[in-house]
Amino acid sequence: MSNQNGKESLQSKLEKNIFGMYLFMALSVSLAGIVQIVPLFTNPDAVKDEVTMSDGSTQSLLWQRAEGQSLSDWKPGDGVRPNTPLEVAGRDIYQREGCYLCHSQMIRPFRDENERYGHFSLAVESKYDHPFQWGSKRTGPDLARLGGKYSDEWHILHLRQPQALVPESVMPKYKFLDNAMVDGDEIATHMSGLRKVGVPYTDADIAGAAEAVAGKTEMDAMVAYLQSLGNMIKFEDGVTYRE
Amino acid sequence: MNLTEKYDLGVVKWFTIMSSVYLVVATLLGVYIASELAFPYLNDLGTDLPYFQFGRLRPLHTNAAIFAFGGSALMAAAFYIVQRTNQTRLWSNKMAWFTFWSWNTVIVLAVVTLPLGLTQSKEYAELEWPIDILITLSWASYLYNFIMTIHIRDKNKVPHVYVANWFFMGMMVMVTYLHVVNNLSIPVDWFKSYSIFSGVQDAMIQWWWGHNAVGFFLTAGFLGIMYYFVPKQAQRPVYSYRLSVIHFWALMFGYVWLGAHHLQYTALPDWAGSLGATISLAMIIPSWGGALNGILTLSGAWDRLREDYILRFLIMSLAFYAMSTFEGPVMAAKNVNALSHYTDWTIGHVHSGALGWNIMVAAGALYHMIEKIYNVRLSQKLLAIHFWIHTIGTVTYIVAMWVSGIMQGLMWRAYDEYGTLAYTFAESVAAMHPYYVMRAAGGVLVFTGAVIMLINIVSTIRKSGSVQTANA
Repeated sequence: MSNQNGKESLQSKLEKNIFGMYLFMALSVSLAGIVQIVPLFTNPDAVKDEVTMSDGSTQSLLWQRAEGQSLSDWKPGDGVRPNTPLEVAGRDIYQREGCYLCHSQMIRPFRDENERYGHFSLAVESKYDHPFQWGSKRTGPDLARLGGKYSDEWHILHLRQPQALVPESVMPKYKFLDNAMVDGDEIATHMSGLRKVGVPYTDADIAGAAEAVAGKTEMDAMVAYLQSLGNMIKFEDGVTYRE
Repeated sequence: MNLTEKYDLGVVKWFTIMSSVYLVVATLLGVYIASELAFPYLNDLGTDLPYFQFGRLRPLHTNAAIFAFGGSALMAAAFYIVQRTNQTRLWSNKMAWFTFWSWNTVIVLAVVTLPLGLTQSKEYAELEWPIDILITLSWASYLYNFIMTIHIRDKNKVPHVYVANWFFMGMMVMVTYLHVVNNLSIPVDWFKSYSIFSGVQDAMIQWWWGHNAVGFFLTAGFLGIMYYFVPKQAQRPVYSYRLSVIHFWALMFGYVWLGAHHLQYTALPDWAGSLGATISLAMIIPSWGGALNGILTLSGAWDRLREDYILRFLIMSLAFYAMSTFEGPVMAAKNVNALSHYTDWTIGHVHSGALGWNIMVAAGALYHMIEKIYNVRLSQKLLAIHFWIHTIGTVTYIVAMWVSGIMQGLMWRAYDEYGTLAYTFAESVAAMHPYYVMRAAGGVLVFTGAVIMLINIVSTIRKSGSVQTANA
């Protein structure tokens, strides 16, 4: 096919040369990724981990772990930290059971969400989440700030039989978590894997993993993970956490 | 010389048959998990077993629908179209059979691993790393064979590559890219790995994948199907060549940006979400360009819709395609998204595409290929029943999700006269019950249609007596 002045159009050339067309396709589908995704890695503002306090000082949102400190030295509000071994086990179960299919972990900055669930979520809060667990659907409520909202006993009863505590619930029963033990060596391996992808575990954290989960059931792990959600940062009034 | 001697159609036949088998499986799983949300007892049936719970079966449903049914339909259609439009046999029939067996192995492995809870927990990319590697090999063989088949055509007989092939190729290129990047992970054992990405970056990459699994696998590829089978079945040339060029390149360039609209108001930087939403709005134009190009192909042949049910499937699919590509941009608009995100409306939107567009256009194509390859005529009565039962099922499903989705969104943000939240979350769950029942009922109709389709195809093939020679 040629246009009016008799010159063959680019489109026509590509239709005859399949490898040329392949190249043009590959280029045209690449651009969006370069513009949208690459800056999230290169621009530190995408995962802002510092805020300016009302007195003008700067504070890190990440836990500033001193040399020799163990994960158990962390206190709520100290900042975002890696999961403890028991929480890693719980998070593995959260993934395995597909909890993310019905529960989000991402509170949007709307009045109703802030009242229902708590302070809106920050990027830095899922910095160590490989993969992210933001979810896309709320068949059940958001869990981003679930930690500390209910007692451990409540969670255990609820996981065993959700309808006993929330009659309207359509959540499946997770009684079987009571009957399975957490495997310490497996959790240590998982933590080394997480370290490879960038979670700052120390050798001591990994060496102590098996001991930390010894004698724990999957139910204990799940509850520990749920109780860890959303209370790592202490939010203060008058501080801009997100522009 | 008949078609089966002139071309390599054995692999096409088996992909066609497997696609209709997987449609039955995928819709059955869909009905089951939809029923679980209406009647939670179905999650364990009084046992203590995790294998049938929603969280385990939902990934199996989506993988069965997208990759088993959709993938097989795409592979059947691509291997058929590439031979017919380039007037040549496959570059390698052997490699096509490798694609067939490896793809089906992936599906079997999905059926085993997902109910066992072996998952990467990334939506539509749940399969663990060894299976991902097998998918990559299978997909690469599909891509390579397809391009080489085009390359070896007689360039004097077929100088220009037909438009349907462009769409298939665009899909193959982009899906390779998406699948490889989104699944990058560090294995910790044979069936557990952790994504190398985390948090914001992982979310963006996941939805870059997620939306383009829709945009390329379920849109570009299925438009390839549309561009061959609509003109063939209508016996008319495509309405506008120029329109197909424009909407092809607009789709290739534009679709890739949309993923970010899944993450508006989240911790993803605002500019990325807004950019995704803006381009989503602009995508109405190429999407409708494609839909119109298909529908207007019928100009002067509208009367054929009266007696041709295969053509009805194809044209109805384009009506749904136009509807859901209008709905999509609306839902991407920021103020609508604030309401619709996290609700059943999203599920409804996906299904207006999946049931209305993908299943219908694929059904038209699969029926067409069966008639051509076996040189038979399918039961017109069963075609008619399938068409109506499927259309009614789809509309029932979508309407149920529209109502429940918008209702959820409104209940969650409602305030009472004292300025406190009007409803607890549990109250919104209870309010969904009738719509979840209605959705499951719509699903039952779609599933019944799929069974009728399989019966029609299998009994027609058996009657033709050529099922043995089909293996050749």
